[in-house]
Amino acid sequence: MSLNRRKFLTAAAAAASASTLPRMAIGADSIKLGSILDTSGIFDAYGTPMDMAMRLAVNELNAAGGLLGKQVEVVAYDTQSDMALYSQYGQKLTRQDRVDVVHGGILSASREAIRQIMRKSRTLYFYNVLYEGGVCDRNIFINGVTPAQQVEALVPYAMGKSGRTVYILAADYNYGQITARWIQKFVADNGGETVGVDFFPLDVSDFGSTIAKIQSVGPDLVIAPLVGGAHLSFFRQWAAAGMKDRIPLASTTMGVGNEHKVLTPEEGDGIMVAYNYSQELDTPANGAFKEKWSAAYGDSSLIHEIAVSNYQGIMTWGEAVRQAGSLDREAVIATLETGLSIDGPAGRVTVDPKTHHAVLDVHIMEIDGQGMRVVETLPQRQPIDTQAVCDLQANPDDNTQYEIQI
Amino acid sequence: MDLYAVVLVEMLYGVASLVLISAGLAVVFGMIKVINLAHGEFMMMGGYATITAVNLGVNVFVAMLVIAPVAVGLIGLVVERLVIRHLYGRLVDTMLATWGLSLFFIGLVTMVFGNTTTGISTPIPGFAIGDYQVNGYNFFIILVSASLLVVMLSVLKGTRSGLIARGTMQRPDMAAALGYNPDRINMATFFCGSALSGLAGAVLAPLVGLVPTSGGAYIAKAFITVIAGGPSLIAGLLSSASLFGAVNQIFTFAISPVVGEVALLVAAVVLLRVLPKGVTGTFFKGRP
Repeated sequence: MSLNRRKFLTAAAAAASASTLPRMAIGADSIKLGSILDTSGIFDAYGTPMDMAMRLAVNELNAAGGLLGKQVEVVAYDTQSDMALYSQYGQKLTRQDRVDVVHGGILSASREAIRQIMRKSRTLYFYNVLYEGGVCDRNIFINGVTPAQQVEALVPYAMGKSGRTVYILAADYNYGQITARWIQKFVADNGGETVGVDFFPLDVSDFGSTIAKIQSVGPDLVIAPLVGGAHLSFFRQWAAAGMKDRIPLASTTMGVGNEHKVLTPEEGDGIMVAYNYSQELDTPANGAFKEKWSAAYGDSSLIHEIAVSNYQGIMTWGEAVRQAGSLDREAVIATLETGLSIDGPAGRVTVDPKTHHAVLDVHIMEIDGQGMRVVETLPQRQPIDTQAVCDLQANPDDNTQYEIQI
Repeated sequence: MDLYAVVLVEMLYGVASLVLISAGLAVVFGMIKVINLAHGEFMMMGGYATITAVNLGVNVFVAMLVIAPVAVGLIGLVVERLVIRHLYGRLVDTMLATWGLSLFFIGLVTMVFGNTTTGISTPIPGFAIGDYQVNGYNFFIILVSASLLVVMLSVLKGTRSGLIARGTMQRPDMAAALGYNPDRINMATFFCGSALSGLAGAVLAPLVGLVPTSGGAYIAKAFITVIAGGPSLIAGLLSSASLFGAVNQIFTFAISPVVGEVALLVAAVVLLRVLPKGVTGTFFKGRP
């Protein structure tokens, strides 16, 4: 076939008009759920279980008859732990695949890479990861714990078990910096004193001098929001110096990617943490979830905090679509803003209408024999850090990530 | 008083760990002029060899001091035969080839061991200096580094093979004319360099959480130490490691770990500006 100019122009015009067709919601035979996660590369320890949880949740929705009488179809992209791929695949999901909702993003950098793409294309976006708080955007729903939810619970407990002087060791980027400020606030609120704060670049793996410095200050408690493989060395070196039995240790990140299974029991036992989920959570909902996971994937050892967050995020969206009876973005947001709740493996999760963050249970835990033993459950904690700066009811056009001033 | 003792131990440890992570690179770069960008990955594989051996029930010291160096040395031997030997004398090409190798090894280890953090705990308990607890393993690292330097010095200065290696390093054509095969000598040197990298990775493994990309954390420090050290192998290694290790630890202790890392780099920049040929390009000339 020869392609002359006229034929080419006709074809090009047809293609152009097809791509500008409005989204065909009516008549489409399935609902498209976009997922964008790092399932390979250095963050795959976080992303792979999240992907598994996402597929588990979608299979469950479909087994129950789907949503609005249609099956949910997964469109998933692996961003290979490369932040540049997030905007590329984010564009693809919204423009080419025209998905009805996007769940995904792991690091805060990846969330910020796609958040504006979702907002501009009016695609509902769920970010299901524990993070530093402060995002205020009507198009996004976030159901991981924020520092205030964790720290507010963890600090009084840890200080109660140790004493009133606290030394903070944090990762040197926005998560660590912001979390360290929250720790300082709650230490002061509980009548304590922060006697030292040190920040560490993500590739620092030698903590010898720091351990000596901590001893020269002599705090009652060390709180460590440290992130990643290199920082795991701190916990190991702390135990190797024999400090573990002298000064108690708490963390806001230890175990999110199942790091506590890498440390030996001698190194990890006794570290105090606070999260939404633990594999050791002794509830019927968690037991049933672990059984479902094992039936699908063989064993349940990979489940972690943010995999469960991802599962709960998808279930929250599914419930909202069901109640709204529509896939329309405004209708789903309005339904979510009624303060919709679901009961997930980690307990009840409620959407906070003011911030689009989640009200959820926080469990105080101690690491014990490579597991997380639940010590105390604090039901239905509000995301007070983000609530202090963000009100989407009063100001629905807000589109900022606030830095929290304390 | 106890605090000064503790800081001194930490400084010695800082110097010792720099010596350890740079020794393999110093041998390969200093003696056969190959820029081994896969040095960090050789160390990483040393760590994985140790962890695998320990998990199979081998004594941790045997795994660190024997199995890991031999295993990584053998990998180095294969790499030398397949890739490096074609590239002697082509400095930039060795960089490119070994960079490719480093990506290959990261991929391979990820496929075999998965992309998760692994590790073993330190085999030596901590103990007290006065009121302070210190990591007993630091002394082991200081001991290993010191023995390493003594062994390297006595091999290079005191044995016939050391003499041949040094001769080949200076004039390969003359060594060949005297009946020594430079090809064989380069192969043996690369084996030793790889084994030293494996040893370093193995000995440091209990202190860190190991991932397939761990090598990247060492490579910059190793290069800075070797280049600032200058042409003499051992004198250069020891002088630049002492300087950088001390600077890093003093600033880490006095201010913060971030400043400690910055101070190390600033010291390196200033040093190379003042002594462009490295410490031993100006002082201690002619030492091995």
